[in-house]
Amino acid sequence: MSETDLKLPLDAWHRAQGARMVSFARYEMPIQYEGIIAEHRWTRESAGLFDVSHMGQLVIAGRDAEWGLEALLPADLAILKDGRLRYSLLLREDAGIIDDLMVTRRGDHFYMVVNGATKHGDIDHMRTTLPSGVVLDHMTQQALLALQGPKAVDVMARVAPGAEELTFMTGGGFDIGGVRAWISRSGYTGEDGFEISVEARNVGDVAALLVAQPEVKPIGLGARDSLRLEAGLPLYGHDLDETTTPVEADLTFALSKRRRESGGFPGVQRILTELDKGPIRKRVGLFVEGRQPVREGALVVDAEGSEVGKVTSGGFSPTLERPIAMAYVPAAAAVPGTEILVEQRGKIFKAEVAQMPFVPHRYHRKGASA
Amino acid sequence: MSVYFTKDHEWVRVDGDTGTVGITDYAQGQLGDIVFVEVPEAGRQVDKGGDSAVVESVKAASDIYAPVGGEVIEGNAALADEPSLVNTDPEGEGWFFKMRIADPSELDGLMDADAYRAFLADQ
Repeated sequence: MSETDLKLPLDAWHRAQGARMVSFARYEMPIQYEGIIAEHRWTRESAGLFDVSHMGQLVIAGRDAEWGLEALLPADLAILKDGRLRYSLLLREDAGIIDDLMVTRRGDHFYMVVNGATKHGDIDHMRTTLPSGVVLDHMTQQALLALQGPKAVDVMARVAPGAEELTFMTGGGFDIGGVRAWISRSGYTGEDGFEISVEARNVGDVAALLVAQPEVKPIGLGARDSLRLEAGLPLYGHDLDETTTPVEADLTFALSKRRRESGGFPGVQRILTELDKGPIRKRVGLFVEGRQPVREGALVVDAEGSEVGKVTSGGFSPTLERPIAMAYVPAAAAVPGTEILVEQRGKIFKAEVAQMPFVPHRYHRKGASA
Repeated sequence: MSVYFTKDHEWVRVDGDTGTVGITDYAQGQLGDIVFVEVPEAGRQVDKGGDSAVVESVKAASDIYAPVGGEVIEGNAALADEPSLVNTDPEGEGWFFKMRIADPSELDGLMDADAYRAFLADQ
């Protein structure tokens, strides 16, 4: 760990829970407590508590905030109702992805959660490009927890009455153990779950309350990564970066219908061309033959051994008990069932393009039976 | 029979000119859940300090170095189906390979159990 790494508000709490700390996004963060596979399975079967306070929580306010943000993002914010979340992307003029994020309309302002490793760049970018009169506040005194798993709803009904009524991608203000919180039904594991934003000075009490519930255990970054990989969710800086476009990254659901038609966001020309003609390469899931995982950086190769793509995330799926990966492959190969070859440390692995998510999502959508 | 340890947290149990090699309990704890182990095949020559096996945890791959040089006699086939043996019994059933030690003097620089314990205390 670097001497300049920042400490999370819950740093001492993580250590008391037996966490092993590592450097991530310039913070000292818990990679695991009892073990990645046990934590992963606990989250899929019960409820896991994640500290994601390294992420950037922003408030964007002002009369021109809506159109100001629409000039930077492909989301349709005009139809976004109060208390609703959208997944969106900060884009470059060449359609490269600066960051992926969640944006919520919250009363008279927008609340945004961006990645920890990119938050300072995002803030600089938005402050220089948003119209004057729009104010961006980085809520540095705010912590963020995620409670994820099929039993998260039972826990929330007990400790934050009313929050259990939220449906996927909605949020609201609730009390949790006497602490005021912004709670949304969202997450990064593919499971039903909640994200809980509280003031940093209160986060110790809230974490202690949650982990005292019999369904809940603390979960580290290691299982967070294996859970999101099984859920087919990309990780910025690995599966997405400034050289990948939303169409290549298979994130076209984030390109709203109205904005495709009306444009007016960075990268729209290239995006429309790729939507029309298809991208050159595409992010796909891979099932890797055998037991050995392929990792980020492994090459996708053709029969002659020439590089035609690359693995951007890879690991062992605790749920499926086999290695899985994400990779960029030529568009022609981006069809489930296609056999491809991956080279890692001089060894060739056979893999098959897989439908993502690898493990089905279990979100609590509005109108769906419980 | 004596057991020697390396600074890279491998162990070698020596019985005559035969050595059995694995990783220590400390090493498996650092690696976390082990999901794959590639052990060398019989007949392969390994050099002291050279790559001899690969162990993959959920989060990363790590090279395992040979504590001494020689010829591999047998890789632990049980690890193919049950790599978690390295977590549950690293200094027993979770051994990696057996080898014929080419030059016993290469053992001289390695640590005994007491020295390794003292080495770990400084980690």
